[in-house]
Amino acid sequence: MNINNIKKQFPIFNNKVQNNDLVYLDSANSSQKPQVVVDRIYDFYTKEFSNVGRSVHYLAVAATNLYENTRVLVQKYINAKDPNEIVFTKGATEAINLVANTFGQKFLGEGDEILLTELEHHSNYVPWHYLRKSKGVKIKFAEFNSDGEVTLESIEKNITPKTKIIAITHLSNVTGAILPIKEITRLAHSKNIPVLVDGCQGAPHLKLDMQEIGCDFYAISCHKMYGPTGLGILYAKKKWLEVLPPYQGGGGMIREVKKEGITFGELPNKYEAGTMATAQVIAFGESIKFLNKIGIENIEKHENELTKYGEEILRKNNSVKLIGSPKDKGSVLSFTLDGVHAHDIATILDEDGVAIRAGHHCCQILHDKLGLSATARASLGVYNTKDDLDKLNESLNKCKKIFEG
Amino acid sequence: MDLKDLYQEIILDHGKNPRNLKKSDNFNKDAKGHNPLCGDKVHIYLKVDENNKISDIAFEGSGCAISMASASIMTDLMKERKEVEVKELVDDFLEMIKQNPELKSKILGENEKTKLMSLSGVKKYPMRVKCATMAWHTLTAAMKNANEETNTDKFE
Repeated sequence: MNINNIKKQFPIFNNKVQNNDLVYLDSANSSQKPQVVVDRIYDFYTKEFSNVGRSVHYLAVAATNLYENTRVLVQKYINAKDPNEIVFTKGATEAINLVANTFGQKFLGEGDEILLTELEHHSNYVPWHYLRKSKGVKIKFAEFNSDGEVTLESIEKNITPKTKIIAITHLSNVTGAILPIKEITRLAHSKNIPVLVDGCQGAPHLKLDMQEIGCDFYAISCHKMYGPTGLGILYAKKKWLEVLPPYQGGGGMIREVKKEGITFGELPNKYEAGTMATAQVIAFGESIKFLNKIGIENIEKHENELTKYGEEILRKNNSVKLIGSPKDKGSVLSFTLDGVHAHDIATILDEDGVAIRAGHHCCQILHDKLGLSATARASLGVYNTKDDLDKLNESLNKCKKIFEG
Repeated sequence: MDLKDLYQEIILDHGKNPRNLKKSDNFNKDAKGHNPLCGDKVHIYLKVDENNKISDIAFEGSGCAISMASASIMTDLMKERKEVEVKELVDDFLEMIKQNPELKSKILGENEKTKLMSLSGVKKYPMRVKCATMAWHTLTAAMKNANEETNTDKFE
């Protein structure tokens, strides 16, 4: 795998950012886009545009086929059993909201428990929070350990006869911990509890096999997977999509609409009300092809090497404290720097063209537990190199110099 | 852009050793401020006497060098100020950060102006403006003894 060739496929790196070469270390937030994805959006709008699924004219039929092709590409990419188990949403956030809302409506009541973890991104906590008020449910949080991991034991300890659903991250966007989602799913299923996995950080970096993992729901954020913004995917087992009520009402999701009542359409239309993000869906097909061409195993290997290298150089830097040291870790390096607040780090690094994230990374529960209001985070993508990490370290030393005078 | 404008000596000094950073026991007005974007927090305590003068001021909080320095410099500056002066200084500071090249207030000495102007570096860093202004908005809320937390999302 030649990283320079891969990097050349991302037009953002052709331009200087404030007179610097861009060192992009914010892929956990959102990844950059390869040319093929950008081109696909342009081509669709300039040569092929039409709305999907409604009209019978040539362009409409072609657009519908393109749209549905992506569904099949995604199905194969994550090894789902059926293309109808792939629902397009406006983002992973909407995917989780969809499940929280419909599952909550149908299956949850007073005193029922939802089990999350302390690692969760706000998007896998806030949607469930609404059910506290509307349904009187309780939310429990499985604790993370001193390495920043949530273990199977920690999940098991928090399951009670009242636990009705478990919703967990695949890969923590702060500590980088990869959760044993397959084992958690086995355990949960042995007690008849369904499992939702927030795959925002897992999907861009790890090989996915829905049938092997066995989880009931898996939420994906396409813009973190070298794809367009405004698009997410909910993988859900067919048995759930069939029994859960519709989420949003509108055109495209109905069978028959009468004054006295409405019947709803079949899958996948039932969950795709209104005009969807058509161009994005079609362009996301190119993201999947891009990932397939390189091979997710190769990406994983490359990112693992870089993560280890990053940890190594940051550990050598005495002023840096890494957050979490999970045994099974994704390509996220969160840290603090002695005497320098994360936001000051981010501003100073930015002057060198080094783009990182600073703040609570939408994980306030985690930061509160660590007693930190903010951390800095460097996160990796397929286009990163050891050079990028060296530049990060150099800029961190510059921060120290400015602050120590 | 120049980092030296943003991280001037005065800022670094006040950021590292903030003045008046303590919980005041003897206060009669207070307010909290919060920047939900980054999690920075400030809690301002005031002792306002019967002549509407700030006889004591302190703050608690955590945040970046800019927000800590801003709260530190501001609290130093507000001691023994009357309510009308506080309002004038807050408005003048916020206008300077927003658009004015200089501070206009006549009640400030040259030394005090220099200190305050050291925060003007944020003008070139739009993402950091709220770091500098949060304490000032919170002071206004504290003068009114506001119960509700001052939230940077609501700033102009």
